[in-house]
Amino acid sequence: MSSDMVPLLVKALGETVYMVAVSMIFSSLLGIPLGVLLYVTNKGGILACKPVNKLVGSVVNAVRSVPFIILMVSIIPLTRLIVGTSIGTTAAMVPLVLASVPFIGRQVETSLMEVPDGIVEAARSMGATSSQIILRVLLPEAMPSIVAQLTTVVIALVGESAMAGAIGGGGLGDLAIRYGYQRFRPEIMVATVIVLIILVQLVQFLGNRLAANLNKR
Amino acid sequence: MIRLSNLKKTFQGPNGPVEAIKEINIHVEQGEIFGIVGLSGAGKSTLVRCINMLERPTSGTVIVDGRDLTSMSESQLREVRKSIAMIFQHFNLLSSATVYDNVAFPLRLSNTPEDKIREKVIPLLELVGLSDKADNYPAQLSGGQKQRVGIARALANNPKVLLCDEATSALDPQTTKAILALIKDINKKMGLTVVVITHEMSVITDICDRVAVISEGVVAESGRVLDIFTNPQCEITKEFTSVILSRELPDALKNKELNQEPVNGAQLLIWLTFVGNSADEPVLSTMIRKYDADVSILYGMVGEIQSTPFGRMLIGITGDTTIIKSLLEYLKDRQLMVEVVGYVK
Repeated sequence: MSSDMVPLLVKALGETVYMVAVSMIFSSLLGIPLGVLLYVTNKGGILACKPVNKLVGSVVNAVRSVPFIILMVSIIPLTRLIVGTSIGTTAAMVPLVLASVPFIGRQVETSLMEVPDGIVEAARSMGATSSQIILRVLLPEAMPSIVAQLTTVVIALVGESAMAGAIGGGGLGDLAIRYGYQRFRPEIMVATVIVLIILVQLVQFLGNRLAANLNKR
Repeated sequence: MIRLSNLKKTFQGPNGPVEAIKEINIHVEQGEIFGIVGLSGAGKSTLVRCINMLERPTSGTVIVDGRDLTSMSESQLREVRKSIAMIFQHFNLLSSATVYDNVAFPLRLSNTPEDKIREKVIPLLELVGLSDKADNYPAQLSGGQKQRVGIARALANNPKVLLCDEATSALDPQTTKAILALIKDINKKMGLTVVVITHEMSVITDICDRVAVISEGVVAESGRVLDIFTNPQCEITKEFTSVILSRELPDALKNKELNQEPVNGAQLLIWLTFVGNSADEPVLSTMIRKYDADVSILYGMVGEIQSTPFGRMLIGITGDTTIIKSLLEYLKDRQLMVEVVGYVK
């Protein structure tokens, strides 16, 4: 193992964790409400509204159908507008968030569908308002499932953040490509992959545990 | 307390409109337990949801405690619903909340302070016998216990009306008895008006004062439970009551030829229904002593509905035609319900 490898790996891991964590926070802040919107405006939902549901659903599908690498380069002007630059770790977060929001939206929608209608009906029979139903019934009841789904999103983000390395986003993917591939240092490539594997395992493990702890069913 | 007038509810189905409720008029008195019985698909679930306007009726009026709910806005309805509690077949508890939090839920909806909530929830858990389960989650409870939580939750807002939508249908017979006893107890103690939706006739006989039999979106028959039981008029009512009071001939007689006219050597089959005081009278022995006829009891059962004794019996009489005739007169004079089945060999 060469002497420069450990600091390189630590720095790259730090960048990856930073990118994934911050993107995840922003994506969740936007994606969870999006999922709720998709769910409650759907047919039979508490705020059923077909036009809104169709419109939002189509936009979600459209964004989700663009491959991440293409999304990343095609929104460079937007990225520049938001963070002032299109290169670097922070710049990489814009496409990461944009790709994750509709993903999370659909995941959360699926989780909410698992909440039995009867529980919502019971809340309505007690005079709950729509926002009370969302905040005190739907989200808490779906929380174990949402956590499990978000774990998947975090793992997808780890993969996408590696791709973001291609536009100078830094992180483990960037390290693997620049040192491992372009400079012919296979040991760095291998080390990076091992770190990624451990990272993903860890995320999955923590996600599963959190979901299990929340699940009282 | 509850008055449903000319109630209609039509759903838009994939194959055109479906009339769940065609025309229903029901009046539930303050403090009584009113049963609504019907087969699945008869419209009773829709009907009970019209009482708290979870389903808006297509036309007609719903008046609860003197207020017309049909003319109210959604926000007014939310307030009114706090005084119309509901319990469900599948309990519909929050799986992510403890028993305590489930019972506290309706109070938290109206932002009641936590100490007031505690004052309310603790006695309620005591009332339903679940004080030791306060910190358990619903998944750790049995079906009967879950329904007890449902009942405690329903009572949290001091409702005037309790709607029970097939509340015991998912429970075993013993648990059903216990839950029904609890509902009856609450009805007595708090003077709560209770509407019970069920497909089980035994639920009606156990706790209801009056009953409406719903069939195909209309009230087929309604009245005091005892009357409906002992003297059903409609086919559908007869079918329901036969679960408790058999109307079928015993197997041995079922396949024999029935004659309406006297046949030589045949016996006349008669159903006798005794209700209340007549159940105590020695009608049969008097009859046998008085008339020269042979009487055999082919089938019989006795029971109690709302602490009124009743009995039902199938007897076979052989004897002279004129004697049989006067014997029938005698029975009818005794204020028994007499149904002549026919002659059977």
